[in-house]
Amino acid sequence: MAVGKVTFTKAEREKLAEVLWLLNWISVVTGAILFGLGLFLKIEIQKWQEVMSDQGILYVPHMLITTGLAACCINFLGGKICLDCADTNKFLRWKLVMMPYVVCTFFFTSCVLVGALMCYSIRSQLEESLFLGLRNAMRYYKDTDTPGRCYLKRTLDLLQIQFHCCGNTGYRDWFQVQWISNRYLDMTSSTVVDRLRSNVEGKYLMDGVPFSCCSTFSPRPCIQQQVSNSSAHFNYDQQSQQLNLWRRGCRQTLLDHYTGIMQSIGLTVLLIWLFELLVLTGVRYLQTAMENVLRLGDPESESDGWILENSLAETARSNFNIIKNLGKCYQIDDDPNINVPTATAEQEVPSQQVQIPVTSIASRLRSH
Amino acid sequence: MPFMPVKFNLQKRVKLAQGLWMLYWLSVIVGILIFSLGIFFKIELRKRSEMMDNNESHLVPNLLILVGVLACGVNAFGGKVCHDSLDPIKFAKWKPMLKPYMLLCCGFNVLLLLTALLCFLMQFAMYLTLAEGLKNGIKFYKDTDTPGRCFMKRTLDMTQIEFRCCGNNNFRDWFEVQWISNRYLDMSNDEVKDRLLSNVEGKYLMDSVPFSCCNPGSPRPCLQHHLTNNSAHYDYDHRTEELNIWTRGCREALFSYYSSMMNSIGALVIATIFLESVDMAGLKYLSTALETMLDPENPECESEGWLLEKGVKETFTELLAKLKTLGKTNQVEEGGEAVTAAT
Repeated sequence: MAVGKVTFTKAEREKLAEVLWLLNWISVVTGAILFGLGLFLKIEIQKWQEVMSDQGILYVPHMLITTGLAACCINFLGGKICLDCADTNKFLRWKLVMMPYVVCTFFFTSCVLVGALMCYSIRSQLEESLFLGLRNAMRYYKDTDTPGRCYLKRTLDLLQIQFHCCGNTGYRDWFQVQWISNRYLDMTSSTVVDRLRSNVEGKYLMDGVPFSCCSTFSPRPCIQQQVSNSSAHFNYDQQSQQLNLWRRGCRQTLLDHYTGIMQSIGLTVLLIWLFELLVLTGVRYLQTAMENVLRLGDPESESDGWILENSLAETARSNFNIIKNLGKCYQIDDDPNINVPTATAEQEVPSQQVQIPVTSIASRLRSH
Repeated sequence: MPFMPVKFNLQKRVKLAQGLWMLYWLSVIVGILIFSLGIFFKIELRKRSEMMDNNESHLVPNLLILVGVLACGVNAFGGKVCHDSLDPIKFAKWKPMLKPYMLLCCGFNVLLLLTALLCFLMQFAMYLTLAEGLKNGIKFYKDTDTPGRCFMKRTLDMTQIEFRCCGNNNFRDWFEVQWISNRYLDMSNDEVKDRLLSNVEGKYLMDSVPFSCCNPGSPRPCLQHHLTNNSAHYDYDHRTEELNIWTRGCREALFSYYSSMMNSIGALVIATIFLESVDMAGLKYLSTALETMLDPENPECESEGWLLEKGVKETFTELLAKLKTLGKTNQVEEGGEAVTAAT
């Protein structure tokens, strides 16, 4: 009992081949789009890679780039094959390649689906990575003389300016780190020494934020020092405090930014996956229809096309048996080329060898 | 003796017509490009019109938009003529329009030349407008409660951050203006009162700059206040410190941005003039080649094409003579009327 059986006339087969040729060329274009989307995502992630603690998120763009390139190659080959499939003589050239091609395309299409699903599932990993990355970036903000960390200050400042955010969760995160390096602190001053002594770890903590936290929308010049002390500044009321600095945390802002990008990319990749699935189904129908035409011998006759020859359970069982027999082939007992000296062994081996191919051919003939 | 004659057979005529058709469509694309560049330039000017005192001249972008649209129209017509040129019936209806069309193309080239000149010359006006606009911008920075100027602070801050500049000529321009509004100054404080009394106009001046002048690439946290006082900060020498705040003035930064834009647009317009001239020459050759066919019924016959029917000097003298007679015909008529009136 074949799955999805459809009967094709000669004219229908030729039409199917033409349509598939066109669809394969459109798939080459969508493969290029996939490649472009992967490249765009990679560049966007690399822009702010320094504030991410682990690079696991880069799997997503790499997956998209490889599947995009694979799509271009596979669909280019598919286009050529489908063009030749309209004619039974030309089809003979591709006969042996068709089955592996269909299997390859099936695996590649599932890779596209995996890529799309990865886009949606990476959010929690990204949040964790951003939390740790931003925390470290704020800790190393002052280390502009340490090799490997000297550009963290600039990156973090540019991030806060561009995304209108301050700190990890909010601006108060800056109160818990020493963001002014010791080389710019006058250790002889009593105020500095008092502050250093005021906490266990000997850090110079203050309720001040870097200039990049300043909001450009504030009506008054930015207040960076003694931010939480409303009596330290004239006319520093609640509203002034609200507008003075950026209120959002950078982790949430970056998470929203990347989630937005990846959701749109994920949606596009899902649509491309559906299209690829359509093309794959069409190619499978064409392959089975052409094979059946060759089997029947008459190029002008009608032929059947299907997705699976037997039902799903039977196909799974036969494939499993093939894999088992593949394993058995490598066992020395059944190898006819080895010269076993005993006469009985010689007699036994050939008969066993003959049985297997007969049964497989018989089963194939029986099913038609 | 025709100027630069070329012999044409059928194949050459067909090739010329096809090549010219493609060239005309390329010119249409260039026309669209000029149109979109004009719109882009207009948007860029609008975006920063507050920095230019809101009286910047929109002559150049408007002219570019007009020229772009005209280029599309003129070249599309030329392409259509070329497309029909090999079919004698279709070409016959375009033939009488060719001479006025060539004159129109000449006029259009003159307009393009004028546009290119303006692109290069208007940069001086742009420089002066920017200087005036930035000076006022810095003056009105503190007036965030005055209607009409309440967004000046935000615009100036964003400009200084985006273009990596500070002040008009340099950061010292901020020392000469009061950029903190009186509503945020504690008038009962002695220090504030001293500072207000220290200058003739009673302005609160200080050697500080706004936060948007800060350079994120500086290794130390930004120093905004007491910039000329070395003892106010630890390990600070204001004469050697270069990375703390942006040292470039915003007038220079904005001017270099706009002048590079105008220079590239001007170069594109000059390239378009050359392209249009080539189009005109090609069309002249094609039309003369089709006109001089010895046997109009036989498309395979040879013909000759030229740029000018007579030599360059002769054509000019003819043109001058025609212009003179155009003036004189009016006089002759008047004299004739006087004579008829007398008789």
